Amino acid sequence: MTIRLRAPRRLAAVATASVLALGLAACGGTTKNDSDSGDAKAAGGNATANPNAPLKKGLKLAFLPKQVNNPYETIVDNAGIEAAKEFEAQAKEVGPSDASASSQVSYINTLIQQRHDAILIAANDANAVCGPLKQAMSKNIKIVAYDSDTNPDCRDVFINQASSEEIGRSEVKVLAEQLGHKGEIAILSATANATNQNTWIKFMKDELAKPEYSKMKLVKVAYGDDDDQKSFQQTQGLLQAYPNLKGIISPTTVGIAAAARYISGSKYKGKVALTGLGTPDQMRKFVKDGTVKEFELWDPKNLGYLAAYAAAALSSGQITGAQGEKFTAGKLGERTIGAGGEVILGPPTVFDAKNIDQYHF
Amino acid sequence: MTVLTESPARPGGAGGPSGGGRRLVELVLRAREMSILGGLVVLVAGTTIANPRFLSGQGVEDIFLNASILVLLAVGQTMVVVTRNIDLSVGSVVGLVAFSAGKFAAAGDHGVMVVLLFGVAIGLACGLVNGLLVSFCRVPALVVTLGTLYVIQGLGYRIAHGQQIGAAELPASVLSLGNDGILGVPYLPIITVAVMLAVGYYLRSYSSGREFYAIGSSPEAARLAGVPIRRRVLTAYLVSGALAGLAGVLWLARFGTVVADAAHGWELTVVSAVVVGGVAITGGVGTVYGAALGALLLTTIGSVLVVLKVNSFWQDAITGVLLLLAISVDRLLALRVTRALRQRSLESAVHRDVAEPAPRRKEGRT
Amino acid sequence: MSRLGGLLRWETAVTALLIVVFAGGAGFSPDFASNDNLSFALDDLSEIALIALPMTLLVVCGQVDLSVASILGLCSALTGRMWDAGMAIETIIPVVLAVGVVCGLVNGLLVTRLGLPSLAVTIGTMTLYRGLAYVTLGTGAISDFPFSYTDLATSSIPGTPIPYPVALFAVLAIATGVVLHATGIGRSLFAIGAQEDAAYFAGIRVKRIKLILFVVSGLVAGFAGIVYTLRYGSARADNGLGLELTVIAAVLLGGVDFDGGKGTLGGVIAAVLLIGLLRNLLMLNDVSTEVQSIVTGLLLIISVLTPRLIAVARETRGRRAGARSAASAAVP
Repeated sequence: MTIRLRAPRRLAAVATASVLALGLAACGGTTKNDSDSGDAKAAGGNATANPNAPLKKGLKLAFLPKQVNNPYETIVDNAGIEAAKEFEAQAKEVGPSDASASSQVSYINTLIQQRHDAILIAANDANAVCGPLKQAMSKNIKIVAYDSDTNPDCRDVFINQASSEEIGRSEVKVLAEQLGHKGEIAILSATANATNQNTWIKFMKDELAKPEYSKMKLVKVAYGDDDDQKSFQQTQGLLQAYPNLKGIISPTTVGIAAAARYISGSKYKGKVALTGLGTPDQMRKFVKDGTVKEFELWDPKNLGYLAAYAAAALSSGQITGAQGEKFTAGKLGERTIGAGGEVILGPPTVFDAKNIDQYHF
Repeated sequence: MTVLTESPARPGGAGGPSGGGRRLVELVLRAREMSILGGLVVLVAGTTIANPRFLSGQGVEDIFLNASILVLLAVGQTMVVVTRNIDLSVGSVVGLVAFSAGKFAAAGDHGVMVVLLFGVAIGLACGLVNGLLVSFCRVPALVVTLGTLYVIQGLGYRIAHGQQIGAAELPASVLSLGNDGILGVPYLPIITVAVMLAVGYYLRSYSSGREFYAIGSSPEAARLAGVPIRRRVLTAYLVSGALAGLAGVLWLARFGTVVADAAHGWELTVVSAVVVGGVAITGGVGTVYGAALGALLLTTIGSVLVVLKVNSFWQDAITGVLLLLAISVDRLLALRVTRALRQRSLESAVHRDVAEPAPRRKEGRT
Repeated sequence: MSRLGGLLRWETAVTALLIVVFAGGAGFSPDFASNDNLSFALDDLSEIALIALPMTLLVVCGQVDLSVASILGLCSALTGRMWDAGMAIETIIPVVLAVGVVCGLVNGLLVTRLGLPSLAVTIGTMTLYRGLAYVTLGTGAISDFPFSYTDLATSSIPGTPIPYPVALFAVLAIATGVVLHATGIGRSLFAIGAQEDAAYFAGIRVKRIKLILFVVSGLVAGFAGIVYTLRYGSARADNGLGLELTVIAAVLLGGVDFDGGKGTLGGVIAAVLLIGLLRNLLMLNDVSTEVQSIVTGLLLIISVLTPRLIAVARETRGRRAGARSAASAAVP
């Protein structure tokens, strides 16, 4: 009894052939240099702003962080949800448990179905979330990016925690002072695609190119993926691979905490300088034991607060996201929208042994 | 009524060739573990030549500390895999325990032993669920532990709710478990080695321990031989769960900062370590020492890549190749050994028939 | 025949559950049954549904392929890399599909030529292929794919909630169903899964069939990689991470026996739809991912536990009936 094997082979052959045929038959070759790539649907409507419009009541806001289990994002979002109560809106936080762009896309689509008034998003990938965000905008849902920007085409306003340029340059300045302006340094970042990280690193490199830093050299940018264990091991690796490493900048709260923990328990304590963006509660122990001299951050609660008010202002027609428009953000006062729809929270705060006990977050 | 006074083929009874068969198997297995050790030595030597800092005190300490937790999980997984099952839920258990134990430790001023017991207890509970489903309900292990992976992961996230445990909240005794040691040797590797020796000794020298291998080699034969399969498999899962719980507490102690998805995705690393270490996924073969060496090898590769400034992205690809190599080699070895054993048992049968034909015919004929 | 009867009952149960979820969702959540939402829910399922087809064939045959998600990721990464290098998308697609075929071929050869268990092999290749994906693209992402293609991957046939990838899936599903249930090949798959040695001695070319199945699995996974990339407009090395577990969950939920030899494609399709719609419904009602995770896990355990419990119950009933009939027979 022989079983004829022609069917699956035929099937496979037909399938492959048809795919090939389809591929080759398509007219010419579409490459990324063709103008076809990019967007199609423009954002809906060009209404004019009415700065005197009252804040609408009963708005539905949704916070979509990079990852729901990220403690920093949780502080921001909870503050935003609290702020929403001030103008009688409902707000909630939803998001993926893995910091992946595709998961965020699913949530955006769900939020569109649920007919929210505004979506506040910290993007894992500036471009991947654009498609559904544009769909949301075409349904008159306002998009506010915070913490980590999306492509400017697919959001109305971006709330930046501090001027990206200021963050990048001040990080380098702080470390340079600690090192006497010479030595090898490395950067321990989060994920390779995070918009905010890449912007800051760009400014850091630009600052390092200045003549006063000519004796300092950036040897490596390592990625800890905002994962504690990975950041820990990346720090280990950096110190082993670069024996002359004198300083590390870690512009991510997860990264700097992990690096500090490793350094303070190893022989590098006191010999390798560490700075970056960290929360006072996490860093207190390391500032007191001398592992870290100075680091920066801002109050994450204010970020959430400001984002919520911006979303409300957009939904109520007070602003449209154009440069120069102003709106009032509750107790944070009046804010002006800068270039590219960006609103800046304020300058970063520098924490050191003298003032760290005054802050608790 | 026929009575056979001498059973036809008693292993080891006639000595000589059959005993030699067993020795051959042992030799092969020992060689398998030696090969991993050899690979490890070559790897470390090569890297140290390229970068002498690799073998500095700090470097070695780092490797052992990093590997400790993986080795612990590998020991538990060995016990399960040897019985021809698998436990995919270990990663989520570590995460759940690390976070829960962290909250527990931060909440009150409990001693480190109490926290350890707490963690191990949670691990045991998870292991119990797995074990009952696999052994008593006879559901395929892959599926069960996949399901419990999802459930435990979900529970872990639920309990965590986006919070994290910071090192500052933990009592000093817990943190010292992870970072201090005795006589310059950190606690973590000591605990791990002790566990490994204990489990290894049990599996090798106790008849109940050897029954795990029997179950993996041939469940049918084991059943006919009267091995209490269900109890043994349940024990294997309990041990795996308990060790995952222990690993969770040690994770907490070592890293201090814990989020809900600690050890996310580790289950595959653990299975890889175990397979590379010579434990066949079809069961019946392998030792905890091999698994421990496999775990150490995989961890070292990670550090080696960083020190040699090779793109860390190669790590997964290398691990995959090692896995495939290990499986293929084990398979070829198994075939060789089976063939050799069959050859020897044929020879021993011939030997016996030729040497003593008469005394065997003691059967009376009525 | 009773085995078939038992199967039909499982498949009907899953389909019934699907209908219940759909009806409940439509009644409970106002936006659930809208064209928009259904279209999005189905679109989200594209890759899982596509990969579930060859996975069903493999599991029926007593094998498993855990490397499918890694092949998806590798193909996605390659797509991005080649696109970024300026190659035309019409060239990229066939090349990437060929890579998928090669990946499947490696799996198949290791299983058939070296006689290694498919579970172990595919755990190894899963790690290997994902590693190669990272080597190709690192942790970055490539976007800016041509709009005509990304639109094709996300929009639906006008007027219906059926996205184009899902329509393609429907066609492939019919083809697979026909092969599995109405051809000699399909019957031989069941035979191999039930009792491989017997199938071999009955003249079935076991090794050849297994090899082909793994190749097809790789091809479909590669295609799913392209669909995934176009749907999200983003090529990343970690695309599809963990997808294989969802596919296996769907296959098992669909009533396919993990040891092989039993199952229907209809059950698997119903299970895929069930998982997708349930996930969508839960998300629409703001049920967190954590709870979704727990629900998936429980569904999985229940789906394999139930047949076993039924079998155990039948055994004890049979034994008791046998004892009873033996006793009653011994009386006169």
